[in-house]
Amino acid sequence: MRADDILTPTAGTRTIYRINPVAKLAAAAVIGIALVFSLDWVSASVALACEGVLFLFAGLGPRRFVRRTLPVTIAAVFAAGTILLYGRASGASRWRFLLVNVTDGSIELSVATLLKVLAIGLPAVVLFVTVDPTDLADGLAQVLRLPSRFVLGALGGLRLVGLFADDWKSLELARRARGIADSGRLRRFAGQAFALLVLSIRRGSKLATAMEARGFGSSIPRSWARESRFGARDWMLVAISFGVASAAISTSVLTGNWNFLAGA
Amino acid sequence: MFSETPLSIDARGWGWRHAGRAGWALRGLDLRIEPGERVLLLGASGAGKSTLVHALAGVLGGEEEGESEGRLFVDDTDAARARGRVGLVLQDPDSQVVLARVGDDVAFGCENMGVSRDEIWSRVEQSLRAVGLDVPLAHPTSALSGGQKQRLALAGVLAMRPGLLLLDEPTANLDPHGVIEVRDAVARVVEQSGSTLVVVEHRVDVWWPTVDRVVVLAPGGGVLADGTPDEVLRREGANLAASGVWVPGHPPKHPARLRRPGGTLLHTEALAVGRSTALQSDIDIVARAGECMALTGPNGVGKTTLGLTLGGLLPAIDGRLVAGALRRGLGTDPLRWKSRELVTRIGSVFQDPEHQFVSGTVAGELAVGARAIGLSEHETARRVDPLLERLRLGHLAAANPFTLSGGEKRRLSVATVLVTRPPLLVLDEPTFGQDSRTWAELVAFLAELLDEGSSLIAVTHDVHLVDALADAELRMWQADHALESRVP
Repeated sequence: MRADDILTPTAGTRTIYRINPVAKLAAAAVIGIALVFSLDWVSASVALACEGVLFLFAGLGPRRFVRRTLPVTIAAVFAAGTILLYGRASGASRWRFLLVNVTDGSIELSVATLLKVLAIGLPAVVLFVTVDPTDLADGLAQVLRLPSRFVLGALGGLRLVGLFADDWKSLELARRARGIADSGRLRRFAGQAFALLVLSIRRGSKLATAMEARGFGSSIPRSWARESRFGARDWMLVAISFGVASAAISTSVLTGNWNFLAGA
Repeated sequence: MFSETPLSIDARGWGWRHAGRAGWALRGLDLRIEPGERVLLLGASGAGKSTLVHALAGVLGGEEEGESEGRLFVDDTDAARARGRVGLVLQDPDSQVVLARVGDDVAFGCENMGVSRDEIWSRVEQSLRAVGLDVPLAHPTSALSGGQKQRLALAGVLAMRPGLLLLDEPTANLDPHGVIEVRDAVARVVEQSGSTLVVVEHRVDVWWPTVDRVVVLAPGGGVLADGTPDEVLRREGANLAASGVWVPGHPPKHPARLRRPGGTLLHTEALAVGRSTALQSDIDIVARAGECMALTGPNGVGKTTLGLTLGGLLPAIDGRLVAGALRRGLGTDPLRWKSRELVTRIGSVFQDPEHQFVSGTVAGELAVGARAIGLSEHETARRVDPLLERLRLGHLAAANPFTLSGGEKRRLSVATVLVTRPPLLVLDEPTFGQDSRTWAELVAFLAELLDEGSSLIAVTHDVHLVDALADAELRMWQADHALESRVP
């Protein structure tokens, strides 16, 4: 994904694009926090089922959904696979090989892990691919009242990330042109990374001067060109996230599957 | 429309020394600029022009950044507190864009000044119109050209309704088309607003018609010349040219050339270049010993990419790059040569010299190539020392390359590739940031290399360089090009 896509994601007309990014942040946090306390397949699958229905309204086509959520899916499969093979053994053993011991217990843990990573990761990704960083900064500063210096400084810095990729490529070519690209891949990488760091600090300080010259950081109270509103729609999303979280927890507790903090 | 009262500037014995430097960047400056004057600020490199402009904008920093003496007033307040009433546009288009969308970026300064929302958006529209930037408010800033980015920066400053507009080499990084674009926007804006204008710029001829006063700073402090453009030109023209200022009617001397073309070092066969898709195709050119070829054209047509491909750094999209006499026992494709084999055959100087610096000192930087090809200490010194002197870098041998001025960095990056004595040089904007004196010295040096049998390929916007050195010019434009001979 290119930096341009992060900074100015495709805007759409569906409701999801008009929801305040702060509400999306809150919703993802509520579900994440609720599910992190228990490692069981019931709470995770209830949450995932509810989310599955909600994703239909998320405004992402099936292709984009699969592409954007791929990293989460891969992470989930890896985590589950590792636990399946090396997780804490309990119950009947199904397959043993050296350190590998697949048991009934590790199978259950593995399924629970897969579902949990997906249940926490997918909504976070789906909500955030539709977030414009500028709108998020507006929301953080105006709705959550975070210090504008910090929020806008970070936003300005984010724009520089896009230049990293070009700088890196140029540094690589330049090292070949200087005659020092033949040896020690690792050392070269370290040197190049340091050079990139130096370049980005220099760019950052130039940007800071430009921002200061435009009155950034002065003592005058700041006004906001774009109003960040937190309305009924946004509360609704937060309410839905609480609904999903409580449905997941209560079903799990009622069926006796809830185990506080990762099956301890 | 832009009805802020124009501001005056008043410097009395003003000076500034950057923290950790022994010498003053600028000292003993007495200067009065009346409200509404349009001033071109000149001086050889190192005369403290940028320092003065940063100080006037109030972004020079506090006591931890350096030490000041005397007084510097904008209107009747200390310049350090004038931020917001003074607008500053800097050289680098990329590091002035703050936000991702055009409208938001222009609004940024107004927000910082606490302007009300309705007022902000009406100012944004007005400012974009004034600089002639005709794109939607939601247009991504990353998709703008260099000239457009500079006009965006100007609009952002203008929306704050400054009474004083400061431009620090606003067109240095632009192609000739972008230069005119920005110059015209500035002229229109000061015409409408009547605000005071101070421009620092090497390209004097571009700004000559726009300004009504020229101030020349003396290196080390004080004012060397001051008056209307015509007066200054008549009285001081020759002196200024001799001290390194680019002055209309006083072009630097072009070196004499032997023009004895030798054998073919490298040629291309239907070469197509680009990063992922082809920017240019079917390029057939020959690099001969003793000849210079200029690659010219607007930004974005693939000049730099072609340069990198010819330098054996980027793979061709299609066609072939074939090394002739240059290969000396290696294969015909420079891309397959080892890095240390490449540096004794082709020397590439990049557009941004900072990308090429790998050492903590100027002397260390020059020794890098020598070490890569296994030269002895003695031989390294024998090659490095004359280069340092020749390119006026001798007094900087122990300095960190990143702390040099733009012009010095450029000369250092040229020097670094010469240490390994490659017969073919590929230079991207070799004359960037040079004052007229260092320009003449650099060009004379390149002419000597040509006469000694080197081949030169130069990516450049500099028409003087093309006139002085090029035997052939590859004119490039969007997806097409034409080769012209320039030998009389």
